Amino acid sequence: MFDSLSDRLQGVFRSLRGEARLTEVTVEAALREIRMALLEADVNFKVVKAFIDRVRDRAVDQEVLKSLTPAQQVVRIVRDEMLALFGDTQGGLPTVQARPRVILLLGLQGSGKTTTTGKLGRWLAKQGRHPLVVSTDVRRPAAIEQLSVVGKQAGVRVYDPAGEMDPVARASGALADARNSGFDVLIVDTAGRLHIDDDLMDELRAIKAAVDPSDLLYVADAMTGQDAIKSAGEFNRRIGITGVVLSKMDGDARGGAALSVVGVVGVPIAFVGSGERLQDLEPFHPDRVVSRVLGMGDVLSLIEKAEEAVSQEDAEKLERKIRNNEFTLEDFRDQLRTIKKMGPLEQILGMIPGLGNLKELTANREKVDEGQLSRVEAIINSMTVKERRNHQLLNGSRRKRIAKGSGTSVEEVNRLLKQFVQMQKMLKQLGGMAGLGGGGKKKMRGLAGMKGLMNR
Amino acid sequence: MGFFERIKDSLARTTQQFAERFEEVVQGADSPEGRTRPVDVDTIEALEEALISADVGVAAAARIVEAVSAKKDRGQSLRALVRTEILAILQRAASPPPDGQRPHVVLVVGVNGTGKTTTVGKLARLSKDSGLTPLICAADTFRAAAVEQLEVWATRAGVDFIRARAGADPAAVVFDAIAAGKARGRDLVLVDTAGRLHTRTNLMTELDKIRRVAAREVEGAPHEVLLVLDATVGQNGLNQAREFMSVAGVNGIILTKLDGTAKGGIAVAIAHDLQLPIRYVGVGEGIDDLIPFSPQEYVDALFEEKW
Ligand SMILES: Nc1nc2c(ncn2[C@@H]2O[C@H](COP(=O)(O)OP(=O)(O)OP(=O)(O)O)[C@@H](O)[C@H]2O)c(=O)[nH]1
Ligand SMILES: Nc1nc2c(ncn2[C@@H]2O[C@H](COP(=O)(O)OP(=O)(O)OP(=O)(O)O)[C@@H](O)[C@H]2O)c(=O)[nH]1
Ligand SMILES: [Mg+2]
Ligand SMILES: [Mg+2]
Repeated sequence: MFDSLSDRLQGVFRSLRGEARLTEVTVEAALREIRMALLEADVNFKVVKAFIDRVRDRAVDQEVLKSLTPAQQVVRIVRDEMLALFGDTQGGLPTVQARPRVILLLGLQGSGKTTTTGKLGRWLAKQGRHPLVVSTDVRRPAAIEQLSVVGKQAGVRVYDPAGEMDPVARASGALADARNSGFDVLIVDTAGRLHIDDDLMDELRAIKAAVDPSDLLYVADAMTGQDAIKSAGEFNRRIGITGVVLSKMDGDARGGAALSVVGVVGVPIAFVGSGERLQDLEPFHPDRVVSRVLGMGDVLSLIEKAEEAVSQEDAEKLERKIRNNEFTLEDFRDQLRTIKKMGPLEQILGMIPGLGNLKELTANREKVDEGQLSRVEAIINSMTVKERRNHQLLNGSRRKRIAKGSGTSVEEVNRLLKQFVQMQKMLKQLGGMAGLGGGGKKKMRGLAGMKGLMNR
Repeated sequence: MGFFERIKDSLARTTQQFAERFEEVVQGADSPEGRTRPVDVDTIEALEEALISADVGVAAAARIVEAVSAKKDRGQSLRALVRTEILAILQRAASPPPDGQRPHVVLVVGVNGTGKTTTVGKLARLSKDSGLTPLICAADTFRAAAVEQLEVWATRAGVDFIRARAGADPAAVVFDAIAAGKARGRDLVLVDTAGRLHTRTNLMTELDKIRRVAAREVEGAPHEVLLVLDATVGQNGLNQAREFMSVAGVNGIILTKLDGTAKGGIAVAIAHDLQLPIRYVGVGEGIDDLIPFSPQEYVDALFEEKW
């Protein structure tokens, strides 16, 4: 399936160690890989084309830096260019004067508008705001009820005049109620609609006119493909969009369509939806989506989770180890313990580059099982300290002894060692990626997390 | 890969604009003189792009185009060749839905928001119109107002329905529904399930449990497990299909929201890689907006711009 872009490029550049410059020929080979990778990530093909041109312009004839491999260098250019696409996008909502602030949610059917209405309500309430929510979806069966339930779960007030079935009247009624009752935010949920449905687009325009929103958030499904820029583009042209909410990022979709929407339609991503629960909403961070599109896993989110589970000292210790390539089976065991602490294993694994690969997960389904972790721990516990610190000592007879001591099998021991070696390799790569991160502060943060990720 | 080798040249010429629409692409190639020439790189690339923009995917597009350009110099029209190639992929995957003991149990599954509940309503109507006596089972006990939503559809279809107590075990509801179906002598039980991402192992296991319960109650059940795919879905659709197939035993696809501008081309890749047939397509939000899949019509629509 999809290998991380850096893996692919590693292959392309393997043959040219020691070259001083990136030549046109080698860059061209790399660009083919990049193109393929981006298309597989659902980046729009027009965006890919423009993108490839820009990367080519920057890469050809560049000096190969001493500190980076050619592959790393090209990945860095790709990453920089992608980040540039986002400009200085900040996640969340911009400050506005309007009181009540009106937020209108719009988008295609089933993208996640109603759920996001609840999530946003909760998020705003957490920030000390007083949001009121209203559904204007009189079409989908039980849509109004759905928002009532969601609103209750979010702990926010739901405006729901019984029997009022005119979308515009529901919206303007809510606005009047918000004004009268001192709510400082009004979130308006709308029915899903196709961008080519003239009647419903007119309805949306009428709702917009009635409440004069300062935020028009287009909710886009992260799993969307090439059509994304067409639909988002039409919503923007006909109604206007001020930001995008990228929903369903908790799966394994790469979200390249979102990148395209930002690039082509020119609106920033405000939030990312990462689950069905109402707390699963996060302000957008460009670097995370970029890593993901490039197949590097959602390393930063993982780091944040890890940081909660890991102390600063431990983290620094591990950082040193990773840098010096001294990651041992002992650290591996500690790290497994941390992972156990970090919660839903499948979610965590999904964020790790390489492990996010679904095929792998399916093939090794037992690996995801927590009981399996305990067996791994038992295996490592059955090793001598020396063995833990130097896995190369582990010859056949030692492996047999360990299997016996831990009540497992030699195959299991072998499998674990294989995993460990893979992990070591990955860490080396991650270390490299972190080093690529832009300027000082960000870089530090990346590195701090890296060790955090692997440590307890 | 071989394909990419061949288009290397044209990739280097970056400023060139390629025709976007399939029609434009094939016009040159299909002109009287064009037919006798092998396909040139520009045409190949443009053709590939037409397929990619329909979400067929790079790999599948490359395969299709490769197959087509190998046959091209026999003087056939390029357009006809591409259509034939895709038709062949779809037809290779086509197979009649499995039959078996009554009631025939159909599980409707998929990721969040693809149109499962709506489709169950439409399926109930369609099967009732064809003389069957369906029963609807609401096994989404998770999403807010999911049961209420399905109840409206059941009423619209004029089909009775077994509701779940909120938070109940979905497998228990399916058990109840099948029992009711048997008792009432129904020949079809349509089960709506909660949306779930294929990456959520525990939720996927829940589907396996539903399967096992159904299998215990009726021989060969669930006879059909239909994966509802949103036509806007990109390359992730292949992951979805693969995972739902392996865990939930999916044996058919319903492609919804084809009334939009997205083509659901990933279904072609899925048909090719996994041999999963497309059974129905959803073309709107009304109860009659579900039609049995026709490969022929689908292929026609695949290359047509809607706006
Ligand atoms: N996994 C996951 N599911 C989500 C997320 N956001 C929404 N959903 C689910 O997606 C499905 C559709 O969500 P809704 O909020 O009903 O979507 P909508 O846009 O309001 O749908 P319509 O009103 O019919 O257009 C539901 O099953 C939600 O639980 C998310 O971030 N992750
Ligand atoms: N345009 C169009 N909309 C559709 C079609 N099928 C379903 N929808 C809409 O898509 C949205 C989601 O449909 P649901 O049936 O609730 O989807 P679901 O898969 O049951 O959603 P969850 O249970 O939340 O996962 C609704 O707004 C439907 O009206 C279709 O064929 N065309
Ligand atoms: Mg809704
Ligand atoms: Mg549903």
